Order: sequence, then C-alpha cells, then structure tokens
Amino acid sequence: MMSVSSHLPVLQVVIPLLGGVLAALLRRGSLAFALTLAVSWIMPVISGLMLYQVIEGGPISYALGSWPPPWGIEYRVDLLNGFVLMLVSTIGAVTVPFAARSVALEIDARQQAWFYCMYLMCLTGLLGVTITGDAFNAFVFLEISSLSTYVLIALGRNRRALVAAFRYLIMGTIGATFYVIGVGFLYLLTGSLNMVDIAARLAVAPPEQARAMVAGLAFLTVGISLKLALFPLHSWLPGAYAYAPSWATVFLSATATKVAIYLLIRFLFSVFGVALDFRDLPIPEIFLVLSIAAMFIASIIAIYQSDLKRMLAYSSLAQIGYIMLGIGIANHAALTGSLVHLVNHAAMKAALFLAVGAIFYRVGSVRLDDLAGIGRKMPWTTSAALIAGLGLIGTPGTAGFISKWYLAVGALERGWWPLVFLLVASSLVSVVYVGRVIEVACFRPTADRLAEAKDPPLSMLLPLLVLAAATVYFGIDTRWSVGIAADAAAYLLGGLR
Amino acid sequence: MTAFGSAENLVLLAIAAPLVCAALLPVFRKAPNLREAVTLVTAIALAAIVLGLLPVVEAGGRPEARLVDVAPGLSIAFKVEPLGMLFALVASILWIVNSIYSIGYMRAHDEPRQTSFYACFAIALGSTMGMAFAGNLFTLFLCYEALTLCTFPLVTHKRSPEAMRAGRLYLLLLLGTSMVLFLPAIIATWFLAGTIDFTPGGILAGKASPLVVGLLLALFAFGIGKAALMPVHFWLPAAMVAPTPVSALLHAVAVVKAGVFAIVKIAIYIFGIETLSLGGASDWLIYVGSASLLLASLIALTRDNLKARLAYSTISQLAYVVVGAALAGSTGMIGSGLQIATHAAGKITLFFCAGAIYVASHKTEISDMAGIGRRMPVTMLAFLVGSLSIIGLPPFGGMWSKWLLVLGALETGHAVAVVVLMLSSLLSVAYLLPIVARAFFAAPAAEAHDSHGGQDGIREAPLACLIALCTTALLCILLFWQAGRIEALLQGIFTGP
Repeated sequence: MMSVSSHLPVLQVVIPLLGGVLAALLRRGSLAFALTLAVSWIMPVISGLMLYQVIEGGPISYALGSWPPPWGIEYRVDLLNGFVLMLVSTIGAVTVPFAARSVALEIDARQQAWFYCMYLMCLTGLLGVTITGDAFNAFVFLEISSLSTYVLIALGRNRRALVAAFRYLIMGTIGATFYVIGVGFLYLLTGSLNMVDIAARLAVAPPEQARAMVAGLAFLTVGISLKLALFPLHSWLPGAYAYAPSWATVFLSATATKVAIYLLIRFLFSVFGVALDFRDLPIPEIFLVLSIAAMFIASIIAIYQSDLKRMLAYSSLAQIGYIMLGIGIANHAALTGSLVHLVNHAAMKAALFLAVGAIFYRVGSVRLDDLAGIGRKMPWTTSAALIAGLGLIGTPGTAGFISKWYLAVGALERGWWPLVFLLVASSLVSVVYVGRVIEVACFRPTADRLAEAKDPPLSMLLPLLVLAAATVYFGIDTRWSVGIAADAAAYLLGGLR
Repeated sequence: MTAFGSAENLVLLAIAAPLVCAALLPVFRKAPNLREAVTLVTAIALAAIVLGLLPVVEAGGRPEARLVDVAPGLSIAFKVEPLGMLFALVASILWIVNSIYSIGYMRAHDEPRQTSFYACFAIALGSTMGMAFAGNLFTLFLCYEALTLCTFPLVTHKRSPEAMRAGRLYLLLLLGTSMVLFLPAIIATWFLAGTIDFTPGGILAGKASPLVVGLLLALFAFGIGKAALMPVHFWLPAAMVAPTPVSALLHAVAVVKAGVFAIVKIAIYIFGIETLSLGGASDWLIYVGSASLLLASLIALTRDNLKARLAYSTISQLAYVVVGAALAGSTGMIGSGLQIATHAAGKITLFFCAGAIYVASHKTEISDMAGIGRRMPVTMLAFLVGSLSIIGLPPFGGMWSKWLLVLGALETGHAVAVVVLMLSSLLSVAYLLPIVARAFFAAPAAEAHDSHGGQDGIREAPLACLIALCTTALLCILLFWQAGRIEALLQGIFTGP
C-alpha cells in the first residue's frame, strides 16, 4: 500500500494515458465510455490523496524513472498545483456522466471511441502540465493536450468546427513555439530544465544575463497567454468553444485555460519571481490593462451574441480577465481571488455549458431566438443555469462574489481605487447578457418548436445540478476553496524576491 | 438566557417562514383557496413571530443568530435592533393586509401566473426580514440583492413589452447602483474599519476624515438605489406597471423602505451620529435630500396618472427619511424611523385605493375620477385618511414623524431643512387633496359616460380590497396614538446596551 501511495504522482498521468490508448482499442463507444467514466472517477481520488499529503507534509517530489532531479524529470506537487490538479480531475469526474448521451447524440457511432480516447489524452496532457516540475516536459504535455483538443473541436457536427479547430491549431502552435523558445532561453542561461533548479540558478545569475532572462520571460508569457486566451490573443477561443461538441466545450472551458493560467503563475512566481523583481518590469501594468480590456470588451461582445455557446465563450474571456487582474495586482488578497476564481469560474462555466448542452440535446439548437420560454419546458436546467449566471455576475451568496471580493480588497490594499469601480462596473455588463438570456428563457411566450422539450435525463441533469449547487456552496462556505487558495497565494508570494 | 435562546430561533424563523411558504405554494397551485390560505397563515405566523421578538427588544435585548462565516470578516449573521424591529414589524403586519387585498384584486382581475406571484411575494418578504435583521453589511447586501431579483418577476407580471422595459430598467438601475456604488462602499468600509458589523455608535469613528466619510456616505446613499434618492429614482415610477398589490406593499413599503431603512441603519450603526456630524460630513446629503424632496413633490403635481403621482409622492416622502438621517442627530434619526412606519401605513392605503378604483372602474387617470367618490365613498374616505396622514395632520400617525423631523432639524441647527419640510407639507396638500375633492365634489365628465358606459355600473371594489384599505386607514389613526411606544422603542438605539 505504501508503495502505491508513493507513486501517486505518476499514476495521475499514466492512468488516463493508458486509458486513452485502451479506449481507442475498445472501438465500441459504450465500452469506451465505461472506461472513461472509471478513469475520470479515479483521478480526483489520486489528486485528493496527493493534496492531503501536501497539506499535511509539504511538497511532494517524485523522480520519474528514479532519475534524480535536476537530471531526470521531476513531478513536483505543492499547494498550488495540488489545488489545480484537484480542480481539473474533479471537473472531469463530475461532468463525465453527461458525456454518455450527449456524445451518443452528437458524435458518429464509429468515432465515439476516438472521441473518448482524445478526451483522455487531453486529460493526460492537462494533468501532466500541472504536475510536472520540468519546463520541457510541460511543453510535451501542453502539446498532448493541445493536439487532442484540436481533434475534440474538429469532431463538432457543424462544419465550421473544422475551421475553428484549424484556427486554434495555428494559434496554439504559435503559442507553443513561443513557449519553447522561452524555455530555450532559460536552458541557455542555466543549463537546466527543472523549474526549481532554474529558479535557483537564475537567482544567482550575473547581472549581464538579465536581458536574456527578460527575453525568455517575454517569450514564455506571450506563448502561455495565447494558450490561456488573454485578450487580445483570444481569437481562437470563441469559435473553438462554439463549434466543439457540447461536452468537449464543457470540459475545455472549465479546465484548459485554467491549466494555462496555472503554468503562467508557476513561471511568473516560482521561476522568475525568485530572480527578478517585477517592480522593475511593466508586467503588472500589462496584465492590468489587458485584463481590464478583456473584462469590458469581451463582456460587451457577449451581449451581442445570438448563439448561447458563443456568448458564454466571450463571457469566459471576460472571466479570464478577472483571474489575470489578480495576477497583475499580485498581492495576497488579489492572488487568492485569482486562484479561487479558477475554481469558482470552472464550476459556474461548466454548469452553464452543461445547461447549454442539455438544451441542445433536447431542442437541437442553442440560438437564443429559438429558446423563448425554455424556462417553462426545462425548469431544472434553466434554474441551474440561472444560479450559475448569477454567479457570473458576482451576486452575493454565489461563488463569483467571493472571487470579486478578494480581487477588490487586493486592489484597495494597493490603493487602486478606480480598479475597484472598474471591477464592479464590469459585473454590470454581465448583468446585461445574463439578464437577456433569462428574459428570453423565462418571460417570453413559449416557442412552438419547444413543445416537446423537457428536462434532460438524470445522467445529464445531475452534473449540472451538482455544479450549480457548488456555485452556491462556494459562495457561502469557503473553507476549502479560499482556504487552500489563500495558503497557495501565501506560498507563492513567500518565494518572491 | 433561555428566553434569548428562543429569541434567536425566532429571528431565523422570521426569515425562514416566508421562504418555506414560497416553497409550499407551487404544491397547491391547483387549489387556489388552499394556496391563498398558505400565504395568509404564513403572513399571520410571521407577524406573530416578529411580535414575539418585540418585548425582547423593548426590554433592551438584542437577539443574535449567526449562520456561517463566508470568509474572515464576512459572515451571514443577524442581530435584531430597534430600527430593524420596527421595519420588520411594519412589513410583516402590512403583509397580512396586503395578502387579503391581493386575493381580492388578483381574483377580481383574473390575473394569470398567480402562484408565482404569491411565491415571489413571499420570497420578497423573506428578503425584507433578512434586511431588517441583518447583523452586518454583507448580510444586508445579500438580502438587498435577493429582494431586487425576486421582485423582478412581480414588476414584469404583465409580460407586456412595456412591463418588460420597466423591468429591465428596474433591474439594471437597482443592481447597477448596488454593484457599482454600494458594494465598493462596503469594501471600503471593511478596508477602513476592519469590520462591517453593525455596531452601536458606528465603526468608523476616528478611522476616516470628514471628506472620506462624506464620500462614503455618497456611495451608500446613491448605491442603495431602492431609497429612490434623485437622480436614481427613475425605476420607481417605471415599476408602477406592476399589479397594484405589488406597488402597494413593495413600492410603498418593503422595497423602498428597505432602501431608506438601510441608509438610516448605516448612518447609525456604521458611521455613527458623531462621525457623521463631525466636520459637517453629511451636510451635503441634507441639501441633496431636500432637493429630491421638493422636486419629486413638484413632479407629483404634474402627473395625472394616479399611480405615477403616488410614486413621485413616495420619492418625496422617502427623501424625508434620508434628510432625517443626514441631520445626524438622534431626534432626526428617530423621526426617520417613525417616518418609515407612518408613511408605510399612509401610502399603502393610497395604493390600495388606487387599485380599488382600477378594479371597480378601470380608471387610472385622476382627471377621469371626477365624482367617483359618490360611487365609492368608503374607498375615497380611506384615501382622505391616508392623504392627511402623509401630509402630516393630526390625528394621524404622519404628524409625529414630521414633528420629530422638524424638531431634529431645529436641534442640529439646519434651518433650511425646516423650511423644506414645511414647504413640502404644503406641496403634498396640493397634490393629494384635489384628488379627494374632485372625487367627491366634481360632476362626472360627460365624455366619461360615452367611453366607459357611464359610472352607473361602478360600485365599491371586492370586499377583500375594502377590508384591507379600511384596516390600513385605521392603522394610520392608530399610529397617532401609538407613536409614543415606537419612539420609546427607537430611543433604545441610543440608550440601549
């Protein structure tokens, strides 16, 4: 038993990897689903055990193939990525029951096993990026997750999914290239790929290397920012989310960008933060300006979308803006807000995309014009979406409020008054797009084409209700979410120069 | 201590009872009589619960109930103090009367969606109780937002394009001001004082300069849009598209009073009288409030639609409360508290009458109401009583609140306020009494005979409506004699533990 628990870090990655291969070999969609379900449900157990170990005994270091770091690849779990692993694996586990019927409807029978294979590969990649302590290994996993994501998107029924996938392919590849160039700079400077080792070596680097260091930082930041869809590098995201199969959108929206944000935080705070003083660089200012632009521009664009998935995609961009805002403010309260918003936004946005997926399953359309009065036909789905929507706005009593509270307190601690007003004013824009949907869904006369619509089967409804409940739960009891986020933020800031 | 133990439970019960009622109502949607019985029984039970708390508070007790800590310093907690006690008392007692009235009105009109109407109403009452008993700004804010959201379906009850437009304005203005101004004010308070608990004597003493106090007060005063202080009053006249029982209880009592109640409560328990008066931090609000008071009265004079005129009269009367709080003296505060109660009784009577006239004759314009008093003598007599109370003449309750407000203005040496209060009483004579005079003494217009088939068919509204409006008219008189007890209760704010 002892030996199994000491190998948890590698199991976190190997199980979904093998699961993916096996899913492809199984060929039958239903069998592949059963396997996916089993794998997805094992994942949070593993990450939960690891998170527990980290909280109790500090960071875990796992030497892959027993090659000691910095020569071998190190998997390193600390409070920050333990938290993100938990998030990714839990979202996978909670939403996977939804996949059975949704995928059966939206994907050709002979492609279903491939779909599950790609999902498990994507899960492998995301968990791998998060768990690894090796900068180049992170690139490998980043590519695994990206390549599988391109396929997941391209499997969408609408032919425009192909264009969206291609677009993401181009943008994603540019991002990956930038990332790898950045890692190259670091390797040139330090001769190491292990993040902890790089940080230690950068800290004692001679001053004349500072320029190369900044160049590396710039490449990494831009590369990862493309992956996390920071405004204005976001152009791939709306199309990708809008045309991907429903469940792929659910999973990607809740996890993919979050993992990229994690990677950025990791590089900024744990790698460069040790060596560079950000007060000498315009990084906070850049993040502040871009995230404020995202918060407003993306939200305003969301108002004008007629396709619900596209609207939610733009809303995601705005929410990513909130997370990046906290990174730009970079004090304890704001960073806590950012980290906790990773969880809160994942729960809310997954709930909303699940609701949209359920509507597509019953109605066959997610255009707002087709959905007048859907609230009367699908009351549970709509209510859950309403709760998650209130969370997006940041209504008190929901998770969204908690994130914004910490961000605002963080801004105030810096004395940045206007930022507090911008923060709350941007929530107001989200009132408009959420309110617009609610008005159509609940207050218009029921459209004729909805005569047959009703709430989806339990396997689809339950994940939705769980996540809607989580939106409220994390708005009221924040011991877990904020508790760990605050500790992780303190841990990150404690390592700064 | 045992008595306090039970008082704690009463606090939670007062908030839970209406919510349970709202959950029960859909069960009885097929049996309207049972459904209305549930509402009535809950309303009576709620009033009994609140009355059960009264002796405890009068004896100097401050029952508390703490639900959860959302984050350090942010908790959902309730604490009953005299002002909240009075507000809860007013809202809960008037809910009984309003429910009786609603039954008569909604059935006479054969309105659709009655179940959701009563359910939203009950949730609104639950939120109002939560606001009344809120123990800190966060709880107050939470219930404030809940009140906005659950009254939206009531405002848009007709679902007509006009109603939806009004609903959008209602939602955007109330949510908007609360998010953009109220929330930053709460965050700033937390930042300055390190707590947001309502504490006798205030929490900002010595923590902020008069300028900051003045600014903060502005954020609160305009952020609490429900107080309808000009220029954030537009939502109130627009919300008059709602069915009359909604206008009566919500837009003359619960919602708007929740707004001014929050301002007074914040003035007393967050700022504290001394901090407010220091350096004239709240003086500007006296002038803004006075301007709102007079302007709204003048606009009321020009409105021919009865409900619109009453709405502007409400805006003006609410400004009395704000001015009373801004005077920053104990007499003014008590006057404000009393004004909340007496205006509630007076204005709900007037709205009941307006609704009764509409049910009986489908008349909405004052100019069409010539001679209607002869057909509906009871209604119009009640209207007279309500008007006189609002004007502030003995033997009606309104007299005492005006008296205390003037006294408070003299005490703190604000001669302008005295003049404004006097002037506004004259204006209210000018916009209220002609309605009664026209109803009793003017001859019915000839064209009215043609367009409405004459007044021959008009008789008094359904019995349920009549009972309700007579009860509230009597309440106006009762308040004249009971004002001493209320004043003693409110005195407890400044002398109590």
